[in-house]
Amino acid sequence: MLSRTADHLFWMSRYIERAENLARLLDVTYQMSLVPQSEEAANRNWNAIIALNSLEEAFAAKYSAVNGQNVLKFMVSDADNLASIHSCFRLARENAHAVRGTLTTEMWETLNSTWIEGRNRQFEQLLNAGISEYFEWVKKRSALTRGTTLGTLLQDEAYHFIRLGTLLERADNTARILDVKYHVLSPKGADEGATDFYGWAALLRSVSGFEVYRKVYRDVITPGRVAELLILNKDMPRSLHFCMNSVVKNLDFIANNHSGETARQAGIMHAQLHYGKIEDILAQGLHDWLTQFMDHIYQLGEGISRDFLVPSTEAA
Amino acid sequence: MNFYNEMYDAKGGVRSHYKAYEDWLKATPAEHIERKRAEADLAFHRVGITFAVYGEESGKERLIPFDIIPRVIPSAEWKAMQAGLRQRVKALNMFLHDVYHDQEILKAGKIPAEQVLNNAQYRPVMQGVDLPGEIYTHITGVDIVRAGVGEFYVLEDNLRVPSGVSYMLEDRKMMMRLFPELFAKHKVAPVQHYPDMLLEKLRAVAPIGVSDPTVVVLTPGSYNSAYFEHTFLAQQMGVELVEGRDLFVKDEAVFMRTTQGPQRVDVIYRRIDDDFLDPLVFRADSALGVPGLVRAYQAGNVTLANAVGTGVADDKSIYPYVPDMIRFYLGEEPTLNNVPTYMCRKNDDLAYVLDHLPELVVKEVHGAGGYGMLVGPASTKAQIEHFRQLLIAKPQGYIAQPTLALSNCPTFVEEGIAPRHLDLRPFVLSSGKGVDMVPGGLTRVALTKDSLVVNSSQGGGTKDTWILEE
Repeated sequence: MLSRTADHLFWMSRYIERAENLARLLDVTYQMSLVPQSEEAANRNWNAIIALNSLEEAFAAKYSAVNGQNVLKFMVSDADNLASIHSCFRLARENAHAVRGTLTTEMWETLNSTWIEGRNRQFEQLLNAGISEYFEWVKKRSALTRGTTLGTLLQDEAYHFIRLGTLLERADNTARILDVKYHVLSPKGADEGATDFYGWAALLRSVSGFEVYRKVYRDVITPGRVAELLILNKDMPRSLHFCMNSVVKNLDFIANNHSGETARQAGIMHAQLHYGKIEDILAQGLHDWLTQFMDHIYQLGEGISRDFLVPSTEAA
Repeated sequence: MNFYNEMYDAKGGVRSHYKAYEDWLKATPAEHIERKRAEADLAFHRVGITFAVYGEESGKERLIPFDIIPRVIPSAEWKAMQAGLRQRVKALNMFLHDVYHDQEILKAGKIPAEQVLNNAQYRPVMQGVDLPGEIYTHITGVDIVRAGVGEFYVLEDNLRVPSGVSYMLEDRKMMMRLFPELFAKHKVAPVQHYPDMLLEKLRAVAPIGVSDPTVVVLTPGSYNSAYFEHTFLAQQMGVELVEGRDLFVKDEAVFMRTTQGPQRVDVIYRRIDDDFLDPLVFRADSALGVPGLVRAYQAGNVTLANAVGTGVADDKSIYPYVPDMIRFYLGEEPTLNNVPTYMCRKNDDLAYVLDHLPELVVKEVHGAGGYGMLVGPASTKAQIEHFRQLLIAKPQGYIAQPTLALSNCPTFVEEGIAPRHLDLRPFVLSSGKGVDMVPGGLTRVALTKDSLVVNSSQGGGTKDTWILEE
C-alpha cells in the first residue's frame, strides 16, 4: 500500500475518534456544570479543557472570558480552531477524499455526509436544542463510521492502519480525560472517599464506563477503582490496556523490515499495562504516570509515521 | 440552417433505430420520468460524481447534468465510424513515431517542417527514444460531430490526457438502474469492460522484459477537476492512484513509497500534462511531478501513457494535415472527414477569415475546453470585433472553421423536451497489439438553446450513448 494512502487512512480515523472523545469530554464537563457549584469552580473545569489541548493562546485571542458557552463554542463549531469537532470532521473528510478509492462507497458516503450534516448546524441552534443531543449525534456518527468500516472493508493493510489510528487516538484521549477529571474530582489523591458521586458517575459515563463499573466491581465508586478500570482493565473497550492490546496486534499485521523498534516500544507499553498494578501507578502519582504514558503514545505515533507513513527515500 | 435530428427525420417521422425508445417515452407517464430524473440527480450527488470548475469559487464542485434520453447510433454507422477511428489513430501513432525518429513525412514535404519543429508541443527530449510497440497515444479521445446521415466530422483528436470516460461508464450504470426495462427492449452494446480493456493495453506496453508489470494512475491530486475520474479508473482497474510525491527515481528506475518499502513501477497512466511531469526537464516550479522521471523514461525503464510529446499531433495547426498523414503512412483514403480549416498564419486564409467572421468558428491553436473561442453565428457584434482585434494582433495563434450544422437530439430542458446540439467522444485504446474501443463513447450535449459548445466547463451535459446491435 502507498505510504501516503496509509497516512491518510491513519489520520482519517484519528480525527473521527478525536471528535468522538472531545464530544464525550465536553458532554461530561457540561453535565457536571449543571450540578450546583461556585462559578469559579465551574470555570476552572472549562479552563482545564482549553489547557488540556494547549489552546490557551488561541482561545484568548478570540474570547474574553473562560466560561461554558465560550469554551463550547470554541471546541464545537469554531472553524479557526483546528482542534474543534467541526475541524476534526472536516479533516477526517479531507483525508478520506484523498483516498476515496481505497474506502468502500459506504465509508466514503458516511464520512462525507457527517461533514455535510455537521457543517450546516449553527452553534446557537445546538445550544437551544440541548447540546447533549449534539454530542450524542457526534458519537453516533463516529460509531457509524467504525461500524461501516468493520462491516464493509476488506481486512487488509488499509483496515489495520485505520484501526491503529483509532486505537492510538483513543488511548491518548482516555488518558487525557482521566488526567483532567481525576484531579478535579479528587484533589487530595485516591485515598479520599468518593464524595462526589455525580462527578464520578459522569466521568464513567463519558467513557461509557458506568454500567461496566457496576458489572466489574459490584460496589461503590472509588477513585482508585475508576483509575484501575480505565487504565488496566483488558476488556473495557476504552481502557488503555484494551487500546494497547489492539495497537500491538495491528502493528504486527503491518510489520515491515524496519518497524522492529516501534513494535518493541508498543510491546513494552502493553506489558506495563498487562502486568501493572493500580497501587504502583497511584504510588508513582497518577498525573505523573499518565503524562509519561501520553508521551510514550506520542513517540509511538512518531515511530509509526517514520516506519510506514512518511518514509525517507533513502531506503531504496 | 437545417440540423440533422438524431431521433426524427426531416418529415417528422421517427428514425427506425429510435422507434422502440420513442414508443416507450410516449407510453411512460411524465411523473414517472420526473421521479427518475430526481433519483438520478440525488444519486450523482451522493456518490460525489462532480467536477471542479476553474474560475469559480475555489473548491466548489458541480454535477455534470445528465440527460435521460439516450443518444442512439445504429450498428452500421458505428462500424463505419470505428473503422475510421482505427485508421486515424493508427496514422497518428505512426506520425508521432516518425516525428521523433526519421521525420520522413517532413522530408517528403507533406507537412512544413517548421510547423512541427517550432511547435511548443514538440518535445526534443523525445527525439530518438524508442517506445514499446511504437505507441505514443495509448488513450485517444476523438471528438466527432454529425452533420447528416453517415456524415461524421472529426473536430479534434485529443492525444494528451483526454477525460470523460468515467461519465460514459457512470451514465450507463445510471440508465440501467433507472430504466432496466429499456435494456430488455434494446440490444445495447455493453461498455462496462472499458477499465479491463484499458488495463490490458497498459500492461501490454510495459518496458521490454517485464512480465508482470506494476501499473499506476498518476493524478495531480484531489483539487484537480477530473480527480473523480482518476480515482474511479484506478479503483476499477485495481491499481494504485499515486501523486508525484508518492514516486521517486533511483538509478533511472521509478519507485513508489509503500508501507512495505519502495516498490518498482513499470507503467504510469499519467493524468498530468507534459509540462508538470518532471521539474528537472520541464517546468521547474512543478510540485506535481517526479524529478528524474524523464530520464528513467528515456532509458526505457518505465512507460508513460500517453507518451511525452503527443501534443505535437493534436495541435489545431497540425490537425489539417491528419488526412495527409493517413495517405502517407497507410496509403489509404481517410474515411472520417476533417473539418475544412483556415490557418490564420497564412495571409490568404486570414483575409478570408476576417471577411467572414460572422459565419465562422474561430479557435485558439492551443486552446481546449471550449475556452477562448468564437462561434460567429451565435456572437454579438462586439464579440466579433473583439476577435477581429485578437486575430490581427496574433494571426498565428488562431484557426477558423465553417460553422458546422451539428446534429441535435431531443433533450430534457426546463421548458420540456427540446432539441439540443451534441457531439461524441469515443475513447480509442492502442497498444502494439492493435487498436480497440468499447462501442460508442461519451455523448456531450449543449444544454443552452442553439449553443454549439458542448464542453462541461461551458454548461454542457451528457447522455448515455447506445450502439444498437443487430
